[in-house]
Amino acid sequence: MKLAHRMFTPALLALGICTASTATAANITGAGATFPYPVYAKWAEAYKAKTGTSMNYQSIGSGGGIKQIKAKTVDFGASDAPLKPAELEKDGLVQFPAVMGGVVPVVNIEGVKPGEMKLSGKALADIYLGKIKKWSDPAIAELNKGMKLPDTAITVVNRSDGSGTTFIFTNYLSKVSPEWKEKVGNDKSVAWPAATGAGGKGNEGVASFVQRLHGAIGYVEYAYAKQNKMAYTLLQNREGNFVKPDDKSFQSAAAGADWKNAPGFYEILTDEPGKDSWPITGATFILVHKSQMNPATAKEVLKFFDWAYKEGDKLALELDYIPMPDDVVKLVQAEWKSKIRDMAGKTIW
Amino acid sequence: MHATVSIINAPQGALLSQRMLNSIPDNLIRRQHFYDLAFRNATRAFAFLVLALLLGILVTLLIGSWPAIKAFGPGFVTSAQWNPVTQKFGALVPIFGTLSTSFIALLIGIPVSFGIAVFLTELSPLWLRRPIGTAIELLAAIPSIIYGMWGLFVFAPIFADHVQPWMIETLGAIWLVGPLFQGAPQGIGILTAGLILAIMVIPFIASVMRDVFELVPAMLKESAYAVGATTWEVVWNVVLPYTKIGVVGGILLGLGRALGETMAVTFVIGNAHRLGTSLFSPGNSIASALANEFTEADGVLYTASLVELGLILFLITFVVLALSKVLLLQLAKREGTRT
Repeated sequence: MKLAHRMFTPALLALGICTASTATAANITGAGATFPYPVYAKWAEAYKAKTGTSMNYQSIGSGGGIKQIKAKTVDFGASDAPLKPAELEKDGLVQFPAVMGGVVPVVNIEGVKPGEMKLSGKALADIYLGKIKKWSDPAIAELNKGMKLPDTAITVVNRSDGSGTTFIFTNYLSKVSPEWKEKVGNDKSVAWPAATGAGGKGNEGVASFVQRLHGAIGYVEYAYAKQNKMAYTLLQNREGNFVKPDDKSFQSAAAGADWKNAPGFYEILTDEPGKDSWPITGATFILVHKSQMNPATAKEVLKFFDWAYKEGDKLALELDYIPMPDDVVKLVQAEWKSKIRDMAGKTIW
Repeated sequence: MHATVSIINAPQGALLSQRMLNSIPDNLIRRQHFYDLAFRNATRAFAFLVLALLLGILVTLLIGSWPAIKAFGPGFVTSAQWNPVTQKFGALVPIFGTLSTSFIALLIGIPVSFGIAVFLTELSPLWLRRPIGTAIELLAAIPSIIYGMWGLFVFAPIFADHVQPWMIETLGAIWLVGPLFQGAPQGIGILTAGLILAIMVIPFIASVMRDVFELVPAMLKESAYAVGATTWEVVWNVVLPYTKIGVVGGILLGLGRALGETMAVTFVIGNAHRLGTSLFSPGNSIASALANEFTEADGVLYTASLVELGLILFLITFVVLALSKVLLLQLAKREGTRT
C-alpha cells in the first residue's frame, strides 16, 4: 500500500502541476524525513478535504529533505535531526518542530513478552558496543531479577540506511555512555561497533530482522513496535524509574523540554528529566526559507502547519505521535512572525 | 509503372539497368538519396548517443567523487573503514561483497543454466519445451524486489533453521573450507545474497544459452551422433564450441545483473560494513550501500564517497567486459592453430 503510494506520488504530482494552472486551489510541496510521513500524509488528506489546498509530501529521507530545501525545489523540507543554529543562519532557513515520537528497543528472546524486560541506558549502550554478548550476562540479570534469561548470543540490529531514528537513538546512547560517545558518536548513520550485527533498511527492515533472528535486539519507532506486537523493553530513565513506552511517557519527556531557550528550536528530547519520562523521545522538524520569493505559497505552508497544530492532534495521536504542546506552538508562531519575510521584508504570518 | 513496363520490354539484360535508371524521374532519385542520408545519419546519431551517455556518466561520476578521491586517494579501495561520524570511508567491504556474491551466483547459476539449456534443446520431449521455456522467461520478468522480499521472508528463515545448522556441522568441519561456513545461523548474509542472485541470474543465462544452442545446425549434431557420440560428447564437443560467443554473452548478461543488483541484495545481505571470514556473516555490496545511504548522506565527503563507490562498480563492470572479450579473442586464436 505504502509502496503503491510512493509509486503514484510522482504521477499525482505531475497531475497536480497540470491542474494547478487551471484551478485556483493552492498546492504546496514538501520533502524529507520518513519518520513523520504517515502523520503528514494523514494531515494532508484531511486538510485537502477541508480547504482544497493539497500538500504533496515525498518521504525521501531527512538528508534529502535538507538538500531539497537548500536547493529551493520544495516549499518546505523536513528532518528528524535538527540543524544547528549556525547552519540555519548560513542557509537562511527557519526551523520548527512539527510533531514528536518515541524510539523503543525491541527484543526477540524466547519467553519474553512485550514490556517484560528491563534495560538501563548503560546496559543498552554496552549491548550495542558489543561488550554484553549474551542475554544471560550478569548486567542484564541484575536488572531483571527473577526472570529466566536464556544463554543465547545477542544479535544487534541497526538501521542500514541513514535515519533520524538512528540519530535520536545514538544521541541517547551518547548521553548515557561516555564510551559510546567517544568510540561511536551521534549521527544519522554511524560505524556500528558490535561484531554480531545486521542492518535492516527502514523501520520495517529492522522490525523484520528482530522478529526473525533469535536473541536479537533492535530499535524502531513506537508505532512499528505497537503495530507488529513486538517485545519492547522498559527503560530506566534519568530519575531511575523503569518506564513503559506510550503516549504518556513521551508526553512527559516532551514537557521537560526547554523550547524557550533553544535558539532555532535546536532541542533533542533524549534523556529528559521527569519521573515518567521515556528517555528516547524526539521531535521532527520543518525547514523553510527566511526570505520568500513566493510569499503566497509560503503563507499556505504556514497555514497548513497552523491547522495541523490546531486540528491535527487527534490524527497524530491515532498514529502514536505526540502533538506539540500549545505553549510551544505559540513560540513557533512567534518565530514565524519575526523571521519569515517576503522579498520586500514584510512579515508573512 | 514506367519501370515495370521497361523491364518487360527489355530485350537484353545489359540494357535493363540503364533504361531503368533513365525511366526514374530525377526528383525521385534525389528524394531517395535524401531518405538514405537521413536514415544513415539518424542511426549514427543514435549509436553515438550511447557513447556520449557512457562518457557523460563517467565524467559525472568522476566529478562527483572528486572530493573523496582527493581525500582518500588509492587507499579508498583497500580500507575497510566506513564511519560517517568521523568521515572516514573505505570501499573494501562493499567491493568484497559485490564480487563475492556475484561469484557465488555464477558458481551456482552457470551449471544449472547449462543443464536447463541442454535439457530443453537436446533431451526434453517436444511438448515440454514450451511450458518450461515460458516459465524461464516469466522468471526473468519478475521485479527484483519480489526476489528480495521472498528471500527475506521465506527463504532466509528456512535457510537459517534447516540448512545453515546442517552446513555448519558438515561443511564447517572440513579443512580449509570450514571457516567459510561458521558463525550464527542468521539466515541473512553473503551466502544468502549469493543464492538469491543465483536464482535471479539463472533465467537470464539459461534463456540465452537455449537460444544459441538452438542455432547449432542439426547436421553437425547428427553427424556426431552418427559416429557414436553420447549426448554429453555432442554438447561438449559440438554444441558448446559452436556457440561459445553466445554462451559467454549470456553469462556476462547474468554477471551484469548480479553485479548491479540492488534491492534483492539489500534485503538479504545484512548491510553491515564489516569484513567477515564466514559466508554466513552479514556484509554489504556496492549497490546496496548506495541504496541504503544515498538519501541521508549529508556532507560533501560522505556523498562523494558513495559516488566513488558507483565509479568503482562502473570500472568493475568495464574490467569484466574487457576480460571476457580478451578471453574470446584467445579462444578464436587457438582455433586457428588447432588441427
